[in-house]
Amino acid sequence: MALMDKHAIIERNATLLLIGSLLVVTVGGIVEIAPLFYLQNTIEKVEGMRPYTPLELAGRNIYVREGCYVCHSQMIRPFRDEVERYGHYSLAAESMYDHPFQWGSKRTGPDLARVGDRYSNEWHAQHMADPQSVVPESIMPSYAFLKTTPLAIKDLSAHLTANARVGVPYSQEMIDGAVEDAKTQSTPDSDTTAFDARYPKAKSGDFDGDPQALTEMDALIAYLQMLGTLVDFKTYDETGGDR
Amino acid sequence: MDYHIMRTFADSWGLVAMLAFFVAASAFAFRPGSKKLSEDAASIPLKDD
Amino acid sequence: MIFAFCGNALICTSFYVVQRTSRARLFGGDLAWFVFWGYQLFIVMAATGYLLGITESREYAEPEWYVDLWLTVVWVAYLIVFLGTIVKRKEPHIYVANWFYLSFIVTIAMLHIVNNLSMPVSFLGSKSYSAFSGVQDALTQWWYGHNAVGFFLTAGFLGMMYYFVPKQANRPVYSYRLSIIHFWALIFLYIWAGPHHLHFTALPDWAQTLGMVFSIMLWMPSWGGMINGLMTLSGAWDKLRTDPIIRMMVAAIAFYGMSTFEGPMMSIKSVNSLSHYTDWTIGHVHSGALGWNGLIAFAALYYMVPKLWARERLYSMRMVSWHFWLATLGIVVYAAVMWVAGIQQGLMWREHDEQGFLVYSFVESVAALHPYYLIRALGGALYLAGALVMAWNITMTILGYQRDEAPIGGSLPRCSLPNRSPIWP
Repeated sequence: MALMDKHAIIERNATLLLIGSLLVVTVGGIVEIAPLFYLQNTIEKVEGMRPYTPLELAGRNIYVREGCYVCHSQMIRPFRDEVERYGHYSLAAESMYDHPFQWGSKRTGPDLARVGDRYSNEWHAQHMADPQSVVPESIMPSYAFLKTTPLAIKDLSAHLTANARVGVPYSQEMIDGAVEDAKTQSTPDSDTTAFDARYPKAKSGDFDGDPQALTEMDALIAYLQMLGTLVDFKTYDETGGDR
Repeated sequence: MDYHIMRTFADSWGLVAMLAFFVAASAFAFRPGSKKLSEDAASIPLKDD
Repeated sequence: MIFAFCGNALICTSFYVVQRTSRARLFGGDLAWFVFWGYQLFIVMAATGYLLGITESREYAEPEWYVDLWLTVVWVAYLIVFLGTIVKRKEPHIYVANWFYLSFIVTIAMLHIVNNLSMPVSFLGSKSYSAFSGVQDALTQWWYGHNAVGFFLTAGFLGMMYYFVPKQANRPVYSYRLSIIHFWALIFLYIWAGPHHLHFTALPDWAQTLGMVFSIMLWMPSWGGMINGLMTLSGAWDKLRTDPIIRMMVAAIAFYGMSTFEGPMMSIKSVNSLSHYTDWTIGHVHSGALGWNGLIAFAALYYMVPKLWARERLYSMRMVSWHFWLATLGIVVYAAVMWVAGIQQGLMWREHDEQGFLVYSFVESVAALHPYYLIRALGGALYLAGALVMAWNITMTILGYQRDEAPIGGSLPRCSLPNRSPIWP
């Protein structure tokens, strides 16, 4: 029983117990998480994905700040009813620039992974200000204050820099021009040639119904309108195997 | 290292290793000499106040 | 609920238990006070963050980077106090409750640090961006999130169970050796189960399956622990009638058993396809948090308060009984309506008619849930009422009053109580 007696040391030595339990709990985490960083099917790139425009990123931060993710998921599962209701199931690559991810875990309201282009800007502005005026049964609270809150754009470059540091491919040109790009995207009839080259498929114009002011509502709607629209599923090759 | 090598490993040696660990842990806990020890330990909370 | 109530309950009981079972004062002198006030400051910062919209949007880990850094400091101090006390103990053996507490402290430290890795925008601003993106971020978050449940709400609270149930029942734990296996199996298996929160998402299939398999295996150590807790009372079942604190503990362990059965079941992919995104999950979480964590913590409080303030007994046992019934009824109402609501919601979303069209629009499922949400509020109100009764009872106990009341009936004649085994004097 000599071996067994040695084993009993663990029960009497606090540090060993500490290290032992730490080792035991690390195994599972490492085995599950580490492969995600190099296995091909999770880091596969899909055509069409690009980083968020500065305005969309600002809108996304408002989405996070207001806790939208608590009631709205952004992850369509590959079931018949979900695909019919929301659109093509979500791909891993579609959230590759998401820091943090916004998949959500509860649908008190519908999934928003592909809400972009589904409704007009006017609908969104109206819905956010008074949800029950467009969907009478809705239990969503009003976010009318977004329409009167000016959007803080001064530090957008810093936000892009922070994202670049964690791996989002923002170029120096994008970082330097962040404030200008946000203005360009939210001003109707502005010259968007250079902006469009940096951020293909971005929608620009007035979002909240008030072309004079750049508000938080503009940013949030810009973000909602791009959700799920970047990948063109008419040309997407399913056999590539994303999962 | 690709997915299939990992998968094969997990199905065989990984599984065996975990099972061995579990059997060893159980054997240790229920080894013949431990009865007295664990009864002592179990009475720790009841000894004070 | 989790951080403010359960966190404080854990720190409080762990400091109490580790001193009693180690026969030593807390290590580090005033460091324990730092842990207390530091943790309260963390709670305040986290709570104000929620209200001001300062969030990393990670479930159970919402606070932003500056709060996370502060919590890390406090947590290290906590570990030093706890481990130091164990090291200077006068008892040769480390009691199993302390194993659970210790693993809870170190694992939470590890999870907390990895999951909250992020890049602040500036030193003066509150906003930061997660170090991970998309799929990796989701798995890291749920690896954290599930183990917050596993180690914060399970391992830590099992430590509570392994001390307070034997104390209140005045008999040693049913099988100490089973508790050792319980410990290693639980901490080994729990850490793998996170991906079951991401079934059918863009997370790779192998990770989902791994999470499911380990979640189902987790059922065994969980029930091993439950049986161990319940059987501690064998030979003292009559106390269920006479001692509302024991009753509370038994109900807590029963809720633990129920949620740890429901959990693995919901982690099966086909069940999860229905339950995910619905209120079923909400019901599951609350039966665990209110039933298991809440009740065992209440019972521990009822046990500790008279001891700590040197009172002969609680202000009122009958109020404990009232609290028990209010809380239990509240949880049952709450969890039951959430189950029904969740299943109905899930079924409405997937219903197709003969032509193959979806039958319900999303908003119809929202409208259908209205009555359930009202009943849920009622359940929550009952639970809250129970907690208020407790607050009154404990305040009066601390102030030194004893309510004049008839003792709770149903006790057996003294002579027929089974004698305690002579092995444990």
